[in-house]
Amino acid sequence: MIFYLLRRIVYTIPIMIGVAFFCFLLVHISPGDPLVSILPPDASIELQQQLMKLYGFDRPWYEQFAHWFWRALHGDLGTSIASGRSVSTEVMRAVGNTLMLSCMATLIGFLFGSLFGFVAGYFRDSWVDRVASALSVLGVSVPHYWLGMVLVIIFSSQLMWLPATGAGPGGSGEWAWDWAHVQFMVLPAITMSVIPMGIIARTVRALVADILAQEFVVGLRAKGLTDLGIFLHVVKNAAPTALAVMGLQLGYLLGGSILIETVFSWPGTGFLLNSAIFQRDMPLLQGTILVLATFFVVLNLMVDVLQTTLDPRIQRS
Amino acid sequence: MNTDTQTDRTPIVSVRDLRVTFTGGKKPVKAVNGVDLSVARGETVALIGESGSGKSVTLRSLLRLHPARRTRIEGRIDVAGVDVLAMNNRTLADYRGRIASMIFQEPLLALDPVYTVGAQIVESIRRHERISPADARKRALELFERVRIPSPERRLDAYPHEMSGGMRQRAMIALALACRPQVLLADEPTTALDATVQIQILLLLRELQRELGLGIIFVTHDMGAAVEVADRFAVMYAGRIVEEGPTREVIRNPRHPYTLALMQARADGAMEKGARLASIPGAPPDLANLPAGCAFAERCTFVQPACLQTQPDAVELGGSHRARCLRTDATAHVMTRAATHAPRPLTETA
Repeated sequence: MIFYLLRRIVYTIPIMIGVAFFCFLLVHISPGDPLVSILPPDASIELQQQLMKLYGFDRPWYEQFAHWFWRALHGDLGTSIASGRSVSTEVMRAVGNTLMLSCMATLIGFLFGSLFGFVAGYFRDSWVDRVASALSVLGVSVPHYWLGMVLVIIFSSQLMWLPATGAGPGGSGEWAWDWAHVQFMVLPAITMSVIPMGIIARTVRALVADILAQEFVVGLRAKGLTDLGIFLHVVKNAAPTALAVMGLQLGYLLGGSILIETVFSWPGTGFLLNSAIFQRDMPLLQGTILVLATFFVVLNLMVDVLQTTLDPRIQRS
Repeated sequence: MNTDTQTDRTPIVSVRDLRVTFTGGKKPVKAVNGVDLSVARGETVALIGESGSGKSVTLRSLLRLHPARRTRIEGRIDVAGVDVLAMNNRTLADYRGRIASMIFQEPLLALDPVYTVGAQIVESIRRHERISPADARKRALELFERVRIPSPERRLDAYPHEMSGGMRQRAMIALALACRPQVLLADEPTTALDATVQIQILLLLRELQRELGLGIIFVTHDMGAAVEVADRFAVMYAGRIVEEGPTREVIRNPRHPYTLALMQARADGAMEKGARLASIPGAPPDLANLPAGCAFAERCTFVQPACLQTQPDAVELGGSHRARCLRTDATAHVMTRAATHAPRPLTETA
């Protein structure tokens, strides 16, 4: 087991280098000059070149990459051009917020997704199945930023039950687990949970239907297990795949929440990426992408390891 | 196989006019059409027939394992004096595995892949008895020793996929015997195994049956395997028992043309190189569209016009040997002339 774990960790190293290289390159070849946003419009050519030199933009791209990567290995992602603050600090704070939001969303999505999936799988082709399946299709296909706006209109503008934007009263940025703060999370978390909910519901429905059709369920019935006893077996058989899908969904949410975070002004990585792109803030952009990619890789690793421990048939060698 | 002192003549299983119809498809499929069967304590009855003859359907009806919504079961099934078809869900679950239990054709599919074999046996015991996990495990270990699984302690913690085919079937048998049932339903338990392992499993079953006084219904299409364990043969065709009688009687002197054809279609050890294996021409009838007369008539070499008119009644041939055929006179001495064809138990002593 330890050997397997070590090997999986070693495998992630080339992936990480590749990711770092590609995100550097992508930012490099995209149009737009990072200095435009901080230079006054009437700046002289000399001042421009001075700043280029200061930030290292005058050197060839591979030197820039080597320099950036070396510093990144030491945990230094550079300084944000727009805010002048350390990229690491900015990214880590945003990551914390996003992690919180996506974990909450995944949890909600997983709970309801599994519920719908189990009900639909157990009562296949009944009206319950159709309702649950329709809901999950709706969850996957509704544009979530639109859903976010609709929720804001209903619960914030009309009913005034929940705040529409931000992550805490007064914009202090400090999070606490009390209702004053948590209420800010409710709408974005629900909006975000709709995607994993739909996908998990569909996965679990297919899994349950598949498991129930297997011979061993007849075997369990033949030894006298009640429906509840059989249900527990179905859960344990469905768990590895369902958890793997959940892990992947969490991974997508960690990186793919730009729209939702922007709608709700939630100060997470998506929001940060969005502003970095619009301000041509290259160090911030690269740093954020690198951190997100790292999360994705680590998450995949965790899912694999978890799956191996849950399902004895997956070979560890 | 059993002496009369071991065999109690009151039937532990009694099936009367069982009819099973699957209603899920476009046309209802009549899988079982009036089966009468009784099994005494300590007796082994082999249900023999080809695929689709209704033998497994009959067996599974005894535990009511068919999906209730898509199956119509008529007739009467009594096991250990209790009417199985009248049970409610709770009583049914208590009955399954406790009074009658089943071993399946392919234990790799019939065991839950994500639980260890030991855990599945313990679960079964604790489902039916108030017993501590440690005691249940102790019982599971005894069962593993009894079915002669080597290093039983270690095997209890193995997953089904980690065992060999023969070992898995032994574990399946241990699971089925976990709650000391009175009736064992074996659904082609040796079909998925290779020949040497088959014999071992058959011998084990026979031994356990003698020790525990079980009533066994053994479903198979393999005459050779059936001869090894069965006291009585019941040959099924198109959802009916067409011939029934003591094993020796049926294999020495089969009287239904179908049984006769089955015997002749056996590949025995003494086949000449290049000789053609006899086969039964035609195909079994469509169970959604059964003929009015004898279902075997269109494949039968002894067929007469009368065979196509009505269902033949059972003809008593003496010594509890009976066949549902109008032509039992014609089949009377066919087999005695070619008696070498009859399969003989490997373990039979002269």
